[in-house]
Amino acid sequence: MLKLLDGAQTLGKGWTFWSCFLIVLAAALIYPAFADSYDVGNFSYFLIWIFMALGLCLMWGYGGMLSFGQTFFFGISGYGYGVLAINMGGGSTTIAALALAVVMAMIAAGILGYFMIWGGINGIFFGIVTLSATLVLAFFLGQTAGPEWHIGPARLNGFNGMKGMDPLAVGDTYIEGSALYYVMVALIVVVYIGLRMLLNSRIGNVIVAVRENPQRAEMLGYDVRKYQLLTFVIGSALAGLSGALYTSWGQFITPSSIGLPAAAMPIVWVAFSGRSDLTATLVGSFLLLFAFQTITVYSQQMALILMGGLLLATVMLAPQGFVLGIGKLVVDRWTGHRRGDTNAVMADTARLQSDET
Amino acid sequence: MALVEVKGVTKSFGGLTAVSDVDLAVSVGEVHCLIGPNGAGKSTLFKLIVGLYPPTKGTIFFDSLDITRERPSARVQRGMSIKMQAPSVFKELPVRQNIQVALQQRFSGAERDAEEERLLTLLNLASESGKLAGALSHGQQQWLEIGMALALQPRLLLLDEPTAGMSPEETFQTGELVKSFNAEGMTVLAVEHDMAFVRQVAQRVTVLHLGKTFARGSLESILEDEKVAEIYLGRTQAHGHGH
Repeated sequence: MLKLLDGAQTLGKGWTFWSCFLIVLAAALIYPAFADSYDVGNFSYFLIWIFMALGLCLMWGYGGMLSFGQTFFFGISGYGYGVLAINMGGGSTTIAALALAVVMAMIAAGILGYFMIWGGINGIFFGIVTLSATLVLAFFLGQTAGPEWHIGPARLNGFNGMKGMDPLAVGDTYIEGSALYYVMVALIVVVYIGLRMLLNSRIGNVIVAVRENPQRAEMLGYDVRKYQLLTFVIGSALAGLSGALYTSWGQFITPSSIGLPAAAMPIVWVAFSGRSDLTATLVGSFLLLFAFQTITVYSQQMALILMGGLLLATVMLAPQGFVLGIGKLVVDRWTGHRRGDTNAVMADTARLQSDET
Repeated sequence: MALVEVKGVTKSFGGLTAVSDVDLAVSVGEVHCLIGPNGAGKSTLFKLIVGLYPPTKGTIFFDSLDITRERPSARVQRGMSIKMQAPSVFKELPVRQNIQVALQQRFSGAERDAEEERLLTLLNLASESGKLAGALSHGQQQWLEIGMALALQPRLLLLDEPTAGMSPEETFQTGELVKSFNAEGMTVLAVEHDMAFVRQVAQRVTVLHLGKTFARGSLESILEDEKVAEIYLGRTQAHGHGH
């Protein structure tokens, strides 16, 4: 099992990489001891979005399916958590509400994915259909302002948004502040390690093969539709996890979390970071979210313009992603100089080149 | 006994009938070559056998089972594998990983690693294993794809122009490779233009012309057939060495 942590599909391996990983993790764990509670809360907020980015990285970078609909599943799960938490009452049932909300996103992904993939939709059309789905959902939720739009005591409330759900709680204790922060860090570690192992497994080998040449993969005896659906459901479930955590974090969700500007964000994070690598996506998305949040405090318009500018710069200057490009440069130098291991450099270069197409 | 059997198969694309009412039976353990001029329907017939196209009419049997409606992956699972006409490898993945994706269908663990080394050596690709498959020469890509097809340990190996773009030396090596696998019991169906290759490996030959079966038999009997010479080989080359 453990040997799946490193492999051809993920950058970084061996002692050096995992030492760095542990140092970063340790720093993340002691951070609340040195920061004030406002900053810790803010950090938890950035971390919410990482799942969505990792999910898109899996689908787009590894699976070759550009989903523009991460916010569709974010919304289903986010609203789902709200409806469930309000209806099931607070306390520990919120944990069940979170899990069920993610399951709802998975079911939605299963249905949408089935029709798209079995219907032979791919390439740019995959993006168009998923974007349409998210726009339809945002539009639908926008017109639910009337009192007739309720599920049990949970009012959908149109553009004003849904509120009044409890945050995650164990018994009578709300999971908030540092506790929420630690839950987020733990979830990210689990998801990151889980995805690494998935990608370096037999299944991961097939996922990238399907991206490269679906017909050849089929001719090796793999039903490519099943692998694509699996990738899509996992990636969308991660968006769902972000959505449920988001609603729980702010006890609030509006259709603007699902609309076009929101839908474009994950694409920017992942493209800027380097869609073909999990670690690059993790690091890059965090940096971008941090920068975005910092700038938003002064001017939200400026933050959005910056995002647009970054996307443009990525497409023009570093199509493989800035974080990945810089990371690769460092890693290549390091491995090249230290061990002169041509195979490793060759394979790494291979990965870099593959992103340029 | 026939391993794969095509019965009355027709494939039309709009107004064009690429394959028309073709019967073909490949016996267990034989090397069967499919020849015919360009546009005769050879590659279409291959794609019908492997399931990339559904036939307009007719039935395809594998191991006496009707597989006409099965997906390509299901047919591959039953024991066929194909090397396509244009090199079809995972160009942006390293050579080694190309082989691995194929090998993991049949092997795992240490057995897979051993088989991986054996295949890479057999295909003369051991020194290139870290390279991207797309960076290989055309001939090497052909070999890699043959290797991927072999990695599945198929009962029926379909080779669509396996030696296109290869030097005479490489062509000969490919022929020897095919013969060695056939000696171990693998059934082979190949589309090939290179008559030297056909002569080297074929036990039986079927000639397709304008989407129909035109002639069938040993290569010698085919070459003596005046009509075959006319449509395909060209009169002057009928008894010569050309192709």
